[in-house]
Amino acid sequence: MKISQEEIKKIALLSRLEVKEDRMASVEKELSDILTYVAELNELELDDVEVMAHAVPLHNVFREDETKPSLDHDLALSNAPEEEDGYFKVPRVVQE
Amino acid sequence: MATIHELHTKLVNKEISAVELTNAVISHKAKVEPVVHAYLSDSHELALASAKAVDEAIAKGETISPLAGIPGAIKDNICIKDHPTTCASKMLENFIPPYNASVIEKLNANHYVSLGKLNMDEFAMGGSTENSALAKTANPWNLECVPGGSSGGSAAAVSSGSAIWALGSDTGGSIRQPASFCGVVGMKPTYGNVSRYGLIAFASSLDQIGPVTRDVTDAALVLNAIAGHDSKDSTSIPGQRVDYTKALVNDVKNLKIGVPKEFFGDGLNADVRKAMDEAIETYKKLGAEIVEVSLPSTKYALSAYYIIALAEASSNLARYDGVSYGLRVSADNLVEMSTKSRTEGFGPEVQRRILLGTYVLSAGYYDAYYLKALKVRRVIKNEFDEAFSKVDLLLAPTAPNTAYKFGEKINDPLAMYLEDICTVPANLAGIPGISIPAGMSSNNLPIGLQLLGPAMGEETLLRAAFTFEQARPDCQLVAPTGEVSL
Repeated sequence: MKISQEEIKKIALLSRLEVKEDRMASVEKELSDILTYVAELNELELDDVEVMAHAVPLHNVFREDETKPSLDHDLALSNAPEEEDGYFKVPRVVQE
Repeated sequence: MATIHELHTKLVNKEISAVELTNAVISHKAKVEPVVHAYLSDSHELALASAKAVDEAIAKGETISPLAGIPGAIKDNICIKDHPTTCASKMLENFIPPYNASVIEKLNANHYVSLGKLNMDEFAMGGSTENSALAKTANPWNLECVPGGSSGGSAAAVSSGSAIWALGSDTGGSIRQPASFCGVVGMKPTYGNVSRYGLIAFASSLDQIGPVTRDVTDAALVLNAIAGHDSKDSTSIPGQRVDYTKALVNDVKNLKIGVPKEFFGDGLNADVRKAMDEAIETYKKLGAEIVEVSLPSTKYALSAYYIIALAEASSNLARYDGVSYGLRVSADNLVEMSTKSRTEGFGPEVQRRILLGTYVLSAGYYDAYYLKALKVRRVIKNEFDEAFSKVDLLLAPTAPNTAYKFGEKINDPLAMYLEDICTVPANLAGIPGISIPAGMSSNNLPIGLQLLGPAMGEETLLRAAFTFEQARPDCQLVAPTGEVSL
C-alpha cells in the first residue's frame, strides 16, 4: 500500500505537522513500507467478527453528580506558554 | 542482590536506616549513571526527607509498609506534582504536573522513596529508548547495546542498581522487553488493574503501568502497592484488593502451561530458543504439565497492534497544540503556531506515528485499516480465551532477540516494529504478562522468559514465575555494575 506525497501533505495538515520537502521522499518510503506490511489484514475474512475497541467489558461507568474539589485555577494555568487575566492567550484566530 | 524484601528486613531489624540506605543507593547511582544514563531528573532531597520520615516511624515502633524507605524511581511519563515530567520529549521538557498520578498517591501512602524520573522512548514510542529526545541510556550488561524500551530507563536503573525498583508502562511490551534485555523482572498487569490516571497517554486502550524489579517477590510487593480500583480511571476494574505476596508459592504441580507454537517462529534467535527449551524442561521437572497450543492469528497481531496504537496516539497527542501547556513556537495565527510547535516539539518517530494514525483514521481508510484491526483484536482475544480454557498459563520468549547495538535498527522503523511480535498480543487482549530472567546468550546478554495469563490471572503468573526463580538460581545474575554496597 503506497502512500502518495499528496496524501502525506493532506494528513500532515490534519495532524498539524510540517513535513519538510527534503524529508518527503524518506517519509513516503517509511510510511509506505509500514502500510504495506499492515495491509496483510486484508487476507482475513472478518465480515462476521464484531469489533473490539477495548479489552475490559465495562460500559457506562457512572458516578454521583457531586461537587468535588478540582484543579485550582492558578495551577491549571501554571504551565501555560502565555496567559493574560486568568486565560490562556493564543495568537489571533480570526483575521481582520 | 539488593531486593525490596531483603532491605525491608534490614530496615525493620535496624541493621541499616532508611537514610543510610538512600545515601548508599545515591552514592552507587553517582558511580553508574555517568555510563548508564537511566535518569532524566533527580529528587535526592525529597528522597532523603521521605527516608527520614520512615526512620522516625521505625524509631516509634510503627509498622512500616514493605516499600517504605526503599529507594525506587519512576518512568518519566507518570505525573508527579511539582516535579518535571517530560515523556523524554522536547514538547514537555519544561512541563511541571499540577497533580499526582493515582499510582503516585498510592506510593505516597506507602511512604515510598523516589530518586528521580527515568528515561524512555519519547512518549513511550519505541523499543530501544533511542527515541528519547533528552538522553541516551545504555544497557548495563553491555554499554554498546540498547536497554530495550520504551521503559529502558526503568530496566537499566534496576539492573545497574541505581534504583532498587522502578515503575514502567507497557503499551506493546514496554515493560517486559526492556526487563528481558536488562536481565530483570518486568510485569504488565491486566488492563484495568492499575489506574492510568496521571499516566501520560500513548494508546489508551493498551497502556498499563507496572513494576520493574530485581525478583518476583519484589514485583508482587510493588503490584500490591499500585493495583486496585480507582474512580478517576473509568477503565479501572472494580473488585476486592488482592495480596499478591500470597501467590508466591514454590509449586507448579497441577499447573498446565501452554507453549504457543506461533511465538517460536523462524525469526527466533537460537540462544533464546535454547533458553526457552531449558525453561520448559525446568517446569516439567517441577511437575507442571506442558501442552503445545496454537494461537493461529498471532501473525496478524503486530499489524492490528500498530494500526490501533497509532490511531489512538494520533488522537491522544492532538492535545499538544501549544495552547495550554507544552512547547509553543510563536507564529502569527493559531494553525501555524500549533504546526510549528508540534513539528519542533515532537521527534521523528512520534511524528511518523501521528501521521500514520491520522491516515488510518481518515475518511476512506477508516474501514480498511482501523475497523479491520479492531476485528482482528477480537479474533486474537478469542484465541487467548480458547487457550486459557485448556491451560493455566502460556510460556513464550519475551523478545525474539537479545539486546542489540545502538543504531542497528533505529533507521528502519518497520524492522524495529517487528521486534515487538512476542509482546503486543497481551496488550491487544488486555491480559497480564511477566518477563523473568531465563539465562544468558552466548555473547553474555540476558534472555527473558515471558509468562502470560488470563485477565486478572496475576496470581498464577506470580506463582509460576516465583517457582522458576527458586528452581533456577543460575538465571539470577547481577549486571557488572549492579551490586550496591551498603
